[in-house]
Amino acid sequence: MAEPTPVVAVRGGGQGNSARRRARAAQVLFLAPAVVYIVLFFGYPAVKNMTMSVQDYTTRAFITGEAPWIGLDNYADVVSSSIFSKAVLNTVLFTAGSIVGQFVIGMLLALFFRRRFPLNAVMRSLLLLPWLVPLIVSGTVWRWILDQDGGVLNQTLRGLGLVEANPGWLTSPSLALVAVVVVNIWIGIPFNTTILYGGLQEIPKEVHEAAALDGAGRWREFWAITWPLLRPVVTVALVLGVVYTLKVIDIILALTDGGPANASQTIATQSYQLSFQQFQFGQGAALSNLLIVVSLVFAGIYLWLNRRAVDE
Amino acid sequence: MKTRRAWRDTAVGILLLAVMLFPLYWIVNVSLQRGASAAGTDWFPTDPDLSGYRTALREQGGHLVTSLLIGVGSALFSVLVAAPAAYVLAQFRSRWITAVLFAVLISQMVPGIVVANALYTAYEDLGLLDSVPGLILADSTAGIPFAILVIRAFMMGLPRAVVEAARIDGAGHFRTFVSVVLPMSVNAVVTAALFAFLFAWGDFLFALTLTTTGQVHPVTLGLYQYIGSYVADWSTVMATAVLSSIPAVLLLAVAQRYVAAGATAGAVK
Repeated sequence: MAEPTPVVAVRGGGQGNSARRRARAAQVLFLAPAVVYIVLFFGYPAVKNMTMSVQDYTTRAFITGEAPWIGLDNYADVVSSSIFSKAVLNTVLFTAGSIVGQFVIGMLLALFFRRRFPLNAVMRSLLLLPWLVPLIVSGTVWRWILDQDGGVLNQTLRGLGLVEANPGWLTSPSLALVAVVVVNIWIGIPFNTTILYGGLQEIPKEVHEAAALDGAGRWREFWAITWPLLRPVVTVALVLGVVYTLKVIDIILALTDGGPANASQTIATQSYQLSFQQFQFGQGAALSNLLIVVSLVFAGIYLWLNRRAVDE
Repeated sequence: MKTRRAWRDTAVGILLLAVMLFPLYWIVNVSLQRGASAAGTDWFPTDPDLSGYRTALREQGGHLVTSLLIGVGSALFSVLVAAPAAYVLAQFRSRWITAVLFAVLISQMVPGIVVANALYTAYEDLGLLDSVPGLILADSTAGIPFAILVIRAFMMGLPRAVVEAARIDGAGHFRTFVSVVLPMSVNAVVTAALFAFLFAWGDFLFALTLTTTGQVHPVTLGLYQYIGSYVADWSTVMATAVLSSIPAVLLLAVAQRYVAAGATAGAVK
Protein backbone atom coordinates (compact mmCIF):
# COMPACT_ATOMS: atom_id res chain seq x y z
CA MET A 1 0.00 0.00 0.00
CA ALA A 2 2.71 2.45 0.90
CA GLU A 3 4.76 2.55 -2.24
CA PRO A 4 7.42 5.11 -2.88
CA THR A 5 5.80 8.16 -4.38
CA PRO A 6 7.32 9.86 -7.36
CA VAL A 7 6.34 13.46 -7.03
CA VAL A 8 6.33 15.23 -10.32
CA ALA A 9 7.24 18.78 -9.63
CA VAL A 10 4.87 21.31 -11.06
CA ARG A 11 6.94 23.11 -13.62
CA GLY A 12 7.66 26.45 -12.13
CA GLY A 13 10.75 28.51 -11.66
CA GLY A 14 11.94 29.58 -15.07
CA GLN A 15 8.59 29.22 -16.76
CA GLY A 16 7.03 31.73 -14.47
CA ASN A 17 3.50 32.02 -13.18
CA SER A 18 1.38 31.22 -16.20
CA ALA A 19 2.64 27.63 -16.49
CA ARG A 20 2.04 27.12 -12.81
CA ARG A 21 -1.42 28.56 -13.08
CA ARG A 22 -2.19 26.32 -16.04
CA ALA A 23 -0.99 23.31 -14.07
CA ARG A 24 -3.18 24.34 -11.16
CA ALA A 25 -6.18 24.77 -13.45
CA ALA A 26 -5.60 21.34 -14.96
CA GLN A 27 -5.45 19.75 -11.51
CA VAL A 28 -8.71 21.40 -10.51
CA LEU A 29 -10.41 20.22 -13.71
CA PHE A 30 -9.18 16.67 -13.23
CA LEU A 31 -10.33 16.54 -9.63
CA ALA A 32 -13.62 18.35 -10.17
CA PRO A 33 -15.85 15.40 -11.18
CA ALA A 34 -14.69 13.30 -8.24
CA VAL A 35 -15.03 16.17 -5.79
CA VAL A 36 -18.52 17.05 -7.03
CA TYR A 37 -19.55 13.41 -6.77
CA ILE A 38 -18.19 13.05 -3.24
CA VAL A 39 -19.94 16.23 -2.13
CA LEU A 40 -23.28 15.15 -3.62
CA PHE A 41 -23.25 11.47 -2.66
CA PHE A 42 -21.39 11.48 0.64
CA GLY A 43 -21.32 15.08 1.90
CA TYR A 44 -24.94 15.86 1.17
CA PRO A 45 -26.29 12.63 2.70
CA ALA A 46 -24.23 13.16 5.84
CA VAL A 47 -25.57 16.70 6.26
CA LYS A 48 -29.11 15.76 5.22
CA ASN A 49 -29.08 12.98 7.77
CA MET A 50 -28.26 15.52 10.43
CA THR A 51 -31.13 17.81 9.52
CA MET A 52 -33.59 14.94 9.09
CA SER A 53 -32.73 13.68 12.54
CA VAL A 54 -34.07 16.87 14.15
CA GLN A 55 -37.21 16.99 12.00
CA ASP A 56 -40.50 15.20 12.18
CA TYR A 57 -39.74 13.45 8.92
CA THR A 58 -42.45 10.92 8.14
CA THR A 59 -44.51 10.13 5.06
CA ARG A 60 -46.50 13.26 5.77
CA ALA A 61 -43.37 15.29 5.07
CA PHE A 62 -43.34 13.96 1.51
CA ILE A 63 -46.93 14.94 0.90
CA THR A 64 -47.01 18.35 2.56
CA GLY A 65 -43.37 19.13 1.84
CA GLU A 66 -43.00 20.25 5.41
CA ALA A 67 -41.06 18.55 8.15
CA PRO A 68 -41.36 20.53 11.36
CA TRP A 69 -38.33 20.98 13.59
CA ILE A 70 -38.67 18.86 16.71
CA GLY A 71 -35.26 19.19 18.30
CA LEU A 72 -33.91 16.02 19.82
CA ASP A 73 -37.22 14.16 20.01
CA ASN A 74 -36.14 11.60 17.43
CA TYR A 75 -33.04 10.80 19.43
CA ALA A 76 -35.09 10.52 22.60
CA ASP A 77 -37.60 8.22 20.89
CA VAL A 78 -34.91 6.03 19.40
CA VAL A 79 -32.87 5.71 22.57
CA SER A 80 -35.84 5.07 24.83
CA SER A 81 -37.25 2.42 22.50
CA SER A 82 -37.10 -1.07 23.93
CA ILE A 83 -35.21 -2.28 20.87
CA PHE A 84 -32.37 0.20 21.24
CA SER A 85 -30.32 -1.45 23.97
CA LYS A 86 -30.78 -4.79 22.28
CA ALA A 87 -29.65 -3.39 18.94
CA VAL A 88 -26.58 -1.80 20.52
CA LEU A 89 -25.64 -5.02 22.28
CA ASN A 90 -26.24 -7.02 19.10
CA THR A 91 -24.12 -4.59 17.09
CA VAL A 92 -21.24 -4.95 19.54
CA LEU A 93 -21.53 -8.75 19.59
CA PHE A 94 -21.98 -8.99 15.84
CA THR A 95 -18.99 -6.74 15.14
CA ALA A 96 -16.67 -8.23 17.74
CA GLY A 97 -17.62 -11.82 16.88
CA SER A 98 -17.26 -11.25 13.15
CA ILE A 99 -13.92 -9.47 13.45
CA VAL A 100 -12.34 -11.98 15.81
CA GLY A 101 -13.50 -14.93 13.71
CA GLN A 102 -12.53 -13.44 10.36
CA PHE A 103 -9.19 -12.26 11.61
CA VAL A 104 -8.07 -15.41 13.40
CA ILE A 105 -9.13 -17.75 10.59
CA GLY A 106 -7.81 -15.33 7.97
CA MET A 107 -4.46 -15.18 9.74
CA LEU A 108 -4.21 -18.97 10.00
CA LEU A 109 -5.01 -19.33 6.31
CA ALA A 110 -2.53 -16.61 5.37
CA LEU A 111 0.20 -18.35 7.36
CA PHE A 112 -0.73 -21.63 5.73
CA PHE A 113 -0.56 -20.19 2.22
CA ARG A 114 2.94 -18.86 2.91
CA ARG A 115 4.20 -22.39 2.48
CA ARG A 116 5.23 -23.44 -0.97
CA PHE A 117 3.16 -26.18 -2.44
CA PRO A 118 1.57 -27.06 -5.79
CA LEU A 119 -1.67 -25.23 -6.67
CA ASN A 120 -1.08 -22.63 -3.95
CA ALA A 121 -1.84 -19.64 -6.21
CA VAL A 122 -4.95 -21.22 -7.74
CA MET A 123 -6.35 -22.03 -4.34
CA ARG A 124 -5.72 -18.53 -3.07
CA SER A 125 -7.71 -17.01 -5.89
CA LEU A 126 -10.54 -19.53 -5.57
CA LEU A 127 -10.69 -18.59 -1.91
CA LEU A 128 -11.76 -15.09 -2.98
CA LEU A 129 -15.05 -16.33 -4.42
CA PRO A 130 -17.15 -15.96 -1.26
CA TRP A 131 -16.07 -12.33 -1.16
CA LEU A 132 -16.93 -11.68 -4.80
CA VAL A 133 -20.38 -13.19 -5.15
CA PRO A 134 -23.23 -10.82 -4.29
CA LEU A 135 -23.98 -10.74 -0.56
CA ILE A 136 -27.58 -11.56 -1.21
CA VAL A 137 -26.48 -14.77 -2.95
CA SER A 138 -24.47 -15.77 0.11
CA GLY A 139 -27.40 -14.90 2.31
CA THR A 140 -29.74 -16.97 0.18
CA VAL A 141 -27.69 -20.15 0.19
CA TRP A 142 -26.92 -19.94 3.89
CA ARG A 143 -30.61 -19.50 4.55
CA TRP A 144 -31.22 -22.83 2.88
CA ILE A 145 -28.19 -24.53 4.46
CA LEU A 146 -29.34 -23.42 7.91
CA ASP A 147 -33.02 -24.10 7.28
CA GLN A 148 -34.54 -25.84 10.27
CA ASP A 149 -36.26 -28.69 8.49
CA GLY A 150 -34.74 -29.02 5.03
CA GLY A 151 -31.30 -27.55 5.55
CA VAL A 152 -28.23 -29.65 4.95
CA LEU A 153 -26.69 -28.69 8.29
CA ASN A 154 -29.48 -30.17 10.37
CA GLN A 155 -29.75 -33.06 7.93
CA THR A 156 -26.09 -33.85 8.64
CA LEU A 157 -26.23 -33.26 12.38
CA ARG A 158 -29.24 -35.54 12.59
CA GLY A 159 -27.55 -38.15 10.45
CA LEU A 160 -24.55 -38.14 12.79
CA GLY A 161 -26.85 -38.39 15.77
CA LEU A 162 -25.60 -35.12 17.23
CA VAL A 163 -29.00 -33.52 17.68
CA GLU A 164 -32.43 -34.88 18.38
CA ALA A 165 -34.69 -31.97 17.64
CA ASN A 166 -33.67 -29.74 14.75
CA PRO A 167 -32.12 -26.51 16.04
CA GLY A 168 -33.75 -23.48 14.44
CA TRP A 169 -30.56 -21.68 13.54
CA LEU A 170 -32.37 -18.73 12.04
CA THR A 171 -35.69 -19.01 13.82
CA SER A 172 -34.71 -19.40 17.45
CA PRO A 173 -34.00 -16.16 19.34
CA SER A 174 -31.02 -17.70 21.11
CA LEU A 175 -29.32 -18.93 17.92
CA ALA A 176 -30.09 -16.33 15.25
CA LEU A 177 -27.32 -13.89 16.17
CA VAL A 178 -24.74 -16.69 16.32
CA ALA A 179 -25.81 -17.91 12.88
CA VAL A 180 -25.58 -14.42 11.41
CA VAL A 181 -22.11 -13.96 12.88
CA VAL A 182 -20.91 -17.28 11.49
CA VAL A 183 -22.10 -16.39 8.01
CA ASN A 184 -20.49 -12.97 8.20
CA ILE A 185 -17.22 -14.57 9.31
CA TRP A 186 -17.40 -16.82 6.27
CA ILE A 187 -17.81 -13.79 4.02
CA GLY A 188 -14.95 -11.87 5.66
CA ILE A 189 -12.33 -14.63 5.64
CA PRO A 190 -11.17 -14.10 2.02
CA PHE A 191 -10.55 -10.39 2.55
CA ASN A 192 -8.60 -10.97 5.77
CA THR A 193 -6.58 -13.80 4.27
CA THR A 194 -5.67 -11.73 1.22
CA ILE A 195 -4.65 -8.60 3.08
CA LEU A 196 -2.68 -10.52 5.73
CA TYR A 197 -1.03 -12.74 3.13
CA GLY A 198 0.06 -9.59 1.30
CA GLY A 199 1.54 -8.28 4.54
CA LEU A 200 3.35 -11.54 5.24
CA GLN A 201 4.91 -11.49 1.78
CA GLU A 202 6.45 -8.11 2.55
CA ILE A 203 8.47 -9.55 5.41
CA PRO A 204 11.93 -10.42 4.05
CA LYS A 205 12.67 -14.13 3.93
CA GLU A 206 16.06 -13.61 5.60
CA VAL A 207 14.36 -12.59 8.84
CA HIS A 208 12.73 -15.98 9.12
CA GLU A 209 15.87 -17.79 8.12
CA ALA A 210 17.78 -15.97 10.83
CA ALA A 211 15.16 -16.92 13.37
CA ALA A 212 15.32 -20.54 12.29
CA LEU A 213 19.10 -20.49 12.66
CA ASP A 214 18.75 -19.08 16.16
CA GLY A 215 16.63 -22.10 16.92
CA ALA A 216 13.41 -20.22 17.61
CA GLY A 217 10.39 -22.47 17.42
CA ARG A 218 7.48 -21.60 15.12
CA TRP A 219 5.33 -20.28 17.94
CA ARG A 220 8.07 -18.01 19.26
CA GLU A 221 9.07 -16.95 15.78
CA PHE A 222 5.51 -15.84 15.08
CA TRP A 223 5.15 -13.73 18.21
CA ALA A 224 8.70 -12.38 18.28
CA ILE A 225 9.19 -11.64 14.59
CA THR A 226 6.18 -12.05 12.33
CA TRP A 227 3.59 -10.34 14.53
CA PRO A 228 5.57 -7.14 15.26
CA LEU A 229 6.53 -6.76 11.61
CA LEU A 230 2.97 -7.41 10.50
CA ARG A 231 1.39 -5.02 12.96
CA PRO A 232 0.68 -2.14 10.53
CA VAL A 233 -1.20 -4.50 8.22
CA VAL A 234 -3.00 -6.08 11.17
CA THR A 235 -4.22 -2.69 12.34
CA VAL A 236 -5.52 -1.76 8.91
CA ALA A 237 -7.29 -5.12 8.56
CA LEU A 238 -8.90 -4.78 11.98
CA VAL A 239 -9.96 -1.15 11.73
CA LEU A 240 -11.37 -1.54 8.22
CA GLY A 241 -13.02 -4.74 9.38
CA VAL A 242 -14.82 -2.89 12.17
CA VAL A 243 -15.94 -0.04 9.91
CA TYR A 244 -17.27 -2.40 7.26
CA THR A 245 -18.92 -4.73 9.75
CA LEU A 246 -20.75 -1.91 11.52
CA LYS A 247 -22.64 -1.08 8.36
CA VAL A 248 -23.57 -4.62 7.32
CA ILE A 249 -27.24 -4.80 6.41
CA ASP A 250 -27.65 -7.09 3.41
CA ILE A 251 -26.64 -10.28 5.10
CA ILE A 252 -28.82 -9.80 8.14
CA LEU A 253 -31.85 -8.84 6.05
CA ALA A 254 -31.35 -11.89 3.84
CA LEU A 255 -30.90 -14.32 6.72
CA THR A 256 -33.25 -13.18 9.46
CA ASP A 257 -34.62 -9.71 8.69
CA GLY A 258 -33.31 -8.80 12.12
CA GLY A 259 -35.55 -11.33 13.84
CA PRO A 260 -36.83 -13.41 15.42
CA ALA A 261 -38.11 -10.87 17.94
CA ASN A 262 -35.18 -8.54 17.12
CA ALA A 263 -32.70 -11.22 18.20
CA SER A 264 -30.37 -10.27 15.34
CA GLN A 265 -31.35 -6.63 15.01
CA THR A 266 -28.37 -4.25 14.80
CA ILE A 267 -28.23 -0.46 14.69
CA ALA A 268 -27.85 -0.58 10.92
CA THR A 269 -30.80 -2.90 10.28
CA GLN A 270 -32.96 -1.10 12.83
CA SER A 271 -32.19 2.18 11.08
CA TYR A 272 -33.24 0.62 7.77
CA GLN A 273 -36.47 -0.62 9.26
CA LEU A 274 -37.34 2.69 10.87
CA SER A 275 -36.80 4.57 7.63
CA PHE A 276 -38.00 2.22 4.97
CA GLN A 277 -40.56 0.01 6.67
CA GLN A 278 -42.07 2.30 9.28
CA PHE A 279 -41.33 5.45 7.23
CA GLN A 280 -39.98 7.21 10.31
CA PHE A 281 -37.18 8.82 8.34
CA GLY A 282 -36.32 11.21 11.17
CA GLN A 283 -35.82 8.40 13.65
CA GLY A 284 -33.96 6.29 11.11
CA ALA A 285 -31.64 9.21 10.48
CA ALA A 286 -31.08 9.74 14.21
CA LEU A 287 -30.09 6.11 14.62
CA SER A 288 -27.80 6.05 11.61
CA ASN A 289 -26.13 9.21 12.91
CA LEU A 290 -25.03 7.17 15.90
CA LEU A 291 -23.58 4.71 13.41
CA ILE A 292 -21.71 7.52 11.69
CA VAL A 293 -20.23 8.73 14.96
CA VAL A 294 -18.91 5.28 15.83
CA SER A 295 -17.62 4.79 12.28
CA LEU A 296 -15.92 8.17 12.35
CA VAL A 297 -14.08 7.29 15.54
CA PHE A 298 -12.70 4.22 13.83
CA ALA A 299 -12.13 6.13 10.61
CA GLY A 300 -10.09 8.61 12.63
CA ILE A 301 -7.99 5.79 14.02
CA TYR A 302 -7.54 4.43 10.52
CA LEU A 303 -6.46 7.75 9.04
CA TRP A 304 -4.16 8.43 11.96
CA LEU A 305 -2.50 5.08 11.48
CA ASN A 306 -2.34 5.64 7.74
CA ARG A 307 -1.12 9.22 7.97
CA ARG A 308 2.31 8.38 6.68
CA ALA A 309 0.89 6.76 3.57
CA VAL A 310 -1.11 9.92 2.91
CA ASP A 311 1.44 12.59 3.77
CA GLU A 312 4.61 10.91 2.63
CA MET B 1 10.95 -35.59 1.50
CA LYS B 2 10.43 -32.00 0.65
CA THR B 3 8.07 -32.67 -2.23
CA ARG B 4 6.10 -35.10 -0.14
CA ARG B 5 5.49 -32.44 2.44
CA ALA B 6 4.51 -30.01 -0.28
CA TRP B 7 1.90 -32.42 -1.62
CA ARG B 8 0.59 -33.01 1.86
CA ASP B 9 0.13 -29.24 2.15
CA THR B 10 -1.73 -29.29 -1.14
CA ALA B 11 -4.06 -31.92 0.25
CA VAL B 12 -4.68 -29.85 3.38
CA GLY B 13 -5.29 -26.81 1.18
CA ILE B 14 -7.86 -28.64 -0.91
CA LEU B 15 -9.63 -29.73 2.24
CA LEU B 16 -9.73 -26.19 3.62
CA LEU B 17 -10.94 -24.89 0.29
CA ALA B 18 -13.64 -27.54 0.15
CA VAL B 19 -14.98 -26.37 3.50
CA MET B 20 -14.81 -22.71 2.52
CA LEU B 21 -16.43 -23.19 -0.87
CA PHE B 22 -19.05 -25.69 0.26
CA PRO B 23 -21.87 -23.11 0.29
CA LEU B 24 -21.04 -22.20 -3.30
CA TYR B 25 -21.05 -25.85 -4.28
CA TRP B 26 -24.40 -26.16 -2.56
CA ILE B 27 -25.86 -23.40 -4.73
CA VAL B 28 -24.91 -25.28 -7.87
CA ASN B 29 -25.99 -28.62 -6.44
CA VAL B 30 -29.44 -27.46 -5.38
CA SER B 31 -29.94 -25.53 -8.62
CA LEU B 32 -29.63 -28.80 -10.56
CA GLN B 33 -32.11 -30.81 -8.52
CA ARG B 34 -35.73 -30.76 -9.49
CA GLY B 35 -38.04 -29.21 -6.93
CA ALA B 36 -35.48 -29.34 -4.15
CA SER B 37 -37.47 -28.76 -1.02
CA ALA B 38 -37.99 -29.62 2.60
CA ALA B 39 -37.60 -33.35 2.08
CA GLY B 40 -33.85 -32.89 2.12
CA THR B 41 -31.36 -32.51 -0.68
CA ASP B 42 -29.03 -35.09 -2.20
CA TRP B 43 -25.32 -34.40 -1.86
CA PHE B 44 -24.76 -34.70 -5.59
CA PRO B 45 -26.94 -33.80 -8.56
CA THR B 46 -26.98 -37.38 -9.82
CA ASP B 47 -29.96 -36.70 -12.04
CA PRO B 48 -29.29 -33.13 -13.17
CA ASP B 49 -32.30 -31.21 -14.24
CA LEU B 50 -32.32 -27.76 -15.80
CA SER B 51 -35.92 -26.80 -15.09
CA GLY B 52 -34.76 -24.53 -12.25
CA TYR B 53 -32.75 -22.54 -14.77
CA ARG B 54 -35.63 -22.37 -17.20
CA THR B 55 -37.90 -20.95 -14.53
CA ALA B 56 -35.17 -18.61 -13.31
CA LEU B 57 -34.54 -17.23 -16.77
CA ARG B 58 -38.22 -16.79 -17.39
CA GLU B 59 -38.85 -15.02 -14.10
CA GLN B 60 -35.54 -13.21 -13.62
CA GLY B 61 -34.19 -12.77 -17.16
CA GLY B 62 -35.35 -9.17 -17.39
CA HIS B 63 -33.97 -8.44 -13.93
CA LEU B 64 -30.59 -9.83 -14.97
CA VAL B 65 -30.57 -7.43 -17.92
CA THR B 66 -31.40 -4.55 -15.59
CA SER B 67 -28.53 -5.53 -13.30
CA LEU B 68 -26.23 -5.76 -16.31
CA LEU B 69 -27.18 -2.26 -17.44
CA ILE B 70 -26.64 -0.85 -13.97
CA GLY B 71 -23.33 -2.67 -13.58
CA VAL B 72 -21.93 -1.53 -16.91
CA GLY B 73 -23.17 1.99 -16.34
CA SER B 74 -21.62 2.20 -12.90
CA ALA B 75 -18.32 0.72 -14.11
CA LEU B 76 -18.00 3.28 -16.90
CA PHE B 77 -19.12 6.17 -14.74
CA SER B 78 -16.80 5.21 -11.87
CA VAL B 79 -13.73 4.96 -14.07
CA LEU B 80 -14.57 8.15 -15.92
CA VAL B 81 -14.79 10.09 -12.67
CA ALA B 82 -11.99 8.28 -10.85
CA ALA B 83 -9.15 8.06 -13.39
CA PRO B 84 -8.42 11.80 -13.80
CA ALA B 85 -8.72 12.34 -10.06
CA ALA B 86 -6.43 9.41 -9.35
CA TYR B 87 -3.84 10.89 -11.69
CA VAL B 88 -3.74 14.19 -9.83
CA LEU B 89 -3.80 12.45 -6.43
CA ALA B 90 -0.88 10.24 -7.47
CA GLN B 91 1.36 12.71 -9.22
CA PHE B 92 0.94 16.04 -7.47
CA ARG B 93 1.23 17.31 -3.94
CA SER B 94 -0.51 20.19 -2.23
CA ARG B 95 -2.62 20.76 0.82
CA TRP B 96 -5.80 20.67 -1.27
CA ILE B 97 -4.87 17.42 -2.90
CA THR B 98 -4.21 15.82 0.47
CA ALA B 99 -7.60 17.06 1.64
CA VAL B 100 -9.32 15.41 -1.33
CA LEU B 101 -7.51 12.17 -0.61
CA PHE B 102 -8.76 12.30 2.99
CA ALA B 103 -12.26 12.87 1.72
CA VAL B 104 -11.98 9.79 -0.49
CA LEU B 105 -10.80 7.63 2.42
CA ILE B 106 -13.56 8.95 4.71
CA SER B 107 -16.23 8.49 2.06
CA GLN B 108 -15.55 4.76 2.00
CA MET B 109 -16.68 4.61 5.58
CA VAL B 110 -20.03 6.34 5.30
CA PRO B 111 -22.64 3.63 5.94
CA GLY B 112 -24.82 2.84 2.94
CA ILE B 113 -27.97 3.30 4.98
CA VAL B 114 -27.03 6.95 5.61
CA VAL B 115 -26.67 7.53 1.88
CA ALA B 116 -29.90 5.65 1.15
CA ASN B 117 -31.81 7.61 3.78
CA ALA B 118 -30.88 10.97 2.30
CA LEU B 119 -30.96 9.93 -1.35
CA TYR B 120 -34.48 8.60 -1.03
CA THR B 121 -35.86 12.03 -0.27
CA ALA B 122 -33.62 13.74 -2.83
CA TYR B 123 -34.48 11.17 -5.51
CA GLU B 124 -38.15 11.58 -4.74
CA ASP B 125 -37.86 15.30 -5.54
CA LEU B 126 -35.69 14.76 -8.61
CA GLY B 127 -37.74 11.90 -10.03
CA LEU B 128 -34.79 9.52 -9.84
CA LEU B 129 -36.55 6.82 -7.82
CA ASP B 130 -37.15 3.66 -9.86
CA SER B 131 -34.67 4.66 -12.53
CA VAL B 132 -31.57 3.01 -13.92
CA PRO B 133 -29.52 6.25 -13.89
CA GLY B 134 -30.52 6.81 -10.27
CA LEU B 135 -29.23 3.38 -9.28
CA ILE B 136 -26.06 3.79 -11.36
CA LEU B 137 -25.27 7.01 -9.50
CA ALA B 138 -26.05 5.53 -6.09
CA ASP B 139 -24.18 2.26 -6.72
CA SER B 140 -21.09 4.21 -7.71
CA THR B 141 -20.71 5.22 -4.06
CA ALA B 142 -18.88 1.90 -3.77
CA GLY B 143 -17.14 2.04 -7.14
CA ILE B 144 -15.74 5.57 -7.22
CA PRO B 145 -13.69 5.73 -3.98
CA PHE B 146 -12.44 2.22 -4.66
CA ALA B 147 -11.49 3.05 -8.25
CA ILE B 148 -9.69 6.22 -7.17
CA LEU B 149 -7.59 4.32 -4.63
CA VAL B 150 -6.76 1.40 -6.94
CA ILE B 151 -5.83 3.57 -9.91
CA ARG B 152 -3.92 6.02 -7.72
CA ALA B 153 -1.89 3.22 -6.12
CA PHE B 154 -0.89 2.12 -9.60
CA MET B 155 -0.18 5.58 -10.96
CA MET B 156 2.12 6.32 -8.06
CA GLY B 157 4.40 3.67 -9.50
CA LEU B 158 4.52 5.16 -13.00
CA PRO B 159 8.07 6.13 -14.00
CA ARG B 160 8.21 9.81 -13.41
CA ALA B 161 10.63 10.35 -16.29
CA VAL B 162 8.03 9.27 -18.85
CA VAL B 163 5.36 11.62 -17.56
CA GLU B 164 7.82 14.49 -17.37
CA ALA B 165 9.20 13.80 -20.83
CA ALA B 166 5.73 14.05 -22.34
CA ARG B 167 5.24 17.40 -20.73
CA ILE B 168 8.59 18.72 -21.78
CA ASP B 169 7.70 17.69 -25.33
CA GLY B 170 5.01 20.29 -25.03
CA ALA B 171 2.02 18.04 -24.44
CA GLY B 172 -0.62 19.73 -22.33
CA HIS B 173 -1.88 18.12 -19.13
CA PHE B 174 -4.92 16.70 -20.84
CA ARG B 175 -2.89 15.15 -23.66
CA THR B 176 -0.27 13.78 -21.30
CA PHE B 177 -3.04 12.12 -19.34
CA VAL B 178 -4.93 10.68 -22.29
CA SER B 179 -2.09 9.56 -24.52
CA VAL B 180 0.66 8.72 -22.01
CA VAL B 181 -0.68 8.09 -18.51
CA LEU B 182 -3.91 6.26 -19.35
CA PRO B 183 -2.39 3.75 -21.80
CA MET B 184 0.24 2.90 -19.22
CA SER B 185 -2.43 2.38 -16.56
CA VAL B 186 -4.78 0.15 -18.51
CA ASN B 187 -4.46 -2.72 -16.05
CA ALA B 188 -5.40 -0.62 -13.06
CA VAL B 189 -8.27 1.02 -14.91
CA VAL B 190 -9.64 -2.33 -16.02
CA THR B 191 -9.35 -3.73 -12.50
CA ALA B 192 -11.20 -0.74 -11.09
CA ALA B 193 -13.91 -1.02 -13.73
CA LEU B 194 -14.42 -4.75 -13.09
CA PHE B 195 -14.78 -4.15 -9.37
CA ALA B 196 -17.12 -1.22 -9.86
CA PHE B 197 -19.23 -3.46 -12.07
CA LEU B 198 -19.25 -6.15 -9.42
CA PHE B 199 -20.24 -3.75 -6.63
CA ALA B 200 -23.14 -2.38 -8.66
CA TRP B 201 -24.17 -5.84 -9.84
CA GLY B 202 -24.23 -7.12 -6.27
CA ASP B 203 -25.82 -4.04 -4.76
CA PHE B 204 -28.84 -4.81 -2.69
CA LEU B 205 -29.36 -1.92 -0.29
CA PHE B 206 -29.91 0.78 -2.93
CA ALA B 207 -31.98 -1.56 -5.07
CA LEU B 208 -34.14 -2.16 -2.02
CA THR B 209 -34.49 1.43 -0.85
CA LEU B 210 -34.44 3.48 -4.05
CA THR B 211 -37.07 1.51 -5.94
CA THR B 212 -40.72 1.60 -4.99
CA THR B 213 -42.80 0.44 -7.91
CA GLY B 214 -40.91 -2.54 -9.27
CA GLN B 215 -40.42 -0.92 -12.69
CA VAL B 216 -36.67 -1.16 -12.22
CA HIS B 217 -35.87 -4.43 -10.57
CA PRO B 218 -32.26 -5.70 -10.25
CA VAL B 219 -31.78 -9.42 -9.78
CA THR B 220 -30.59 -9.04 -6.18
CA LEU B 221 -34.07 -7.79 -5.39
CA GLY B 222 -35.51 -10.75 -7.25
CA LEU B 223 -33.58 -13.12 -5.00
CA TYR B 224 -34.66 -11.25 -1.89
CA GLN B 225 -38.28 -11.53 -2.88
CA TYR B 226 -37.89 -15.26 -3.49
CA ILE B 227 -36.61 -15.85 0.01
CA GLY B 228 -38.97 -13.30 1.55
CA SER B 229 -41.84 -15.73 1.37
CA TYR B 230 -42.09 -19.46 1.86
CA VAL B 231 -39.86 -21.11 -0.71
CA ALA B 232 -41.45 -24.11 -2.35
CA ASP B 233 -38.90 -24.55 -5.11
CA TRP B 234 -35.30 -23.97 -4.08
CA SER B 235 -33.90 -25.09 -7.43
CA THR B 236 -35.23 -21.94 -9.13
CA VAL B 237 -33.89 -19.75 -6.32
CA MET B 238 -30.48 -21.37 -6.52
CA ALA B 239 -30.45 -21.23 -10.32
CA THR B 240 -31.00 -17.49 -9.98
CA ALA B 241 -28.16 -17.39 -7.44
CA VAL B 242 -25.89 -19.19 -9.90
CA LEU B 243 -26.78 -16.75 -12.67
CA SER B 244 -26.13 -13.84 -10.29
CA SER B 245 -22.70 -15.23 -9.47
CA ILE B 246 -21.49 -15.58 -13.05
CA PRO B 247 -19.82 -12.13 -13.15
CA ALA B 248 -17.83 -12.91 -9.99
CA VAL B 249 -16.61 -16.20 -11.45
CA LEU B 250 -15.78 -14.57 -14.78
CA LEU B 251 -13.89 -11.79 -13.04
CA LEU B 252 -11.81 -14.29 -11.15
CA ALA B 253 -11.14 -16.35 -14.26
CA VAL B 254 -10.23 -13.41 -16.47
CA ALA B 255 -8.55 -10.99 -14.09
CA GLN B 256 -7.31 -13.33 -11.39
CA ARG B 257 -4.08 -11.54 -10.63
CA TYR B 258 -5.71 -8.12 -10.42
CA VAL B 259 -8.35 -9.23 -7.97
CA ALA B 260 -6.00 -9.78 -5.05
CA ALA B 261 -4.19 -6.57 -5.93
CA GLY B 262 -7.51 -4.73 -5.93
CA ALA B 263 -8.52 -6.24 -2.61
CA THR B 264 -5.41 -4.93 -0.90
CA ALA B 265 -5.33 -1.56 -2.66
CA GLY B 266 -8.84 -0.36 -2.02
CA ALA B 267 -10.61 -2.85 0.15
CA VAL B 268 -14.29 -2.04 0.27
CA LYS B 269 -17.48 -4.09 0.58
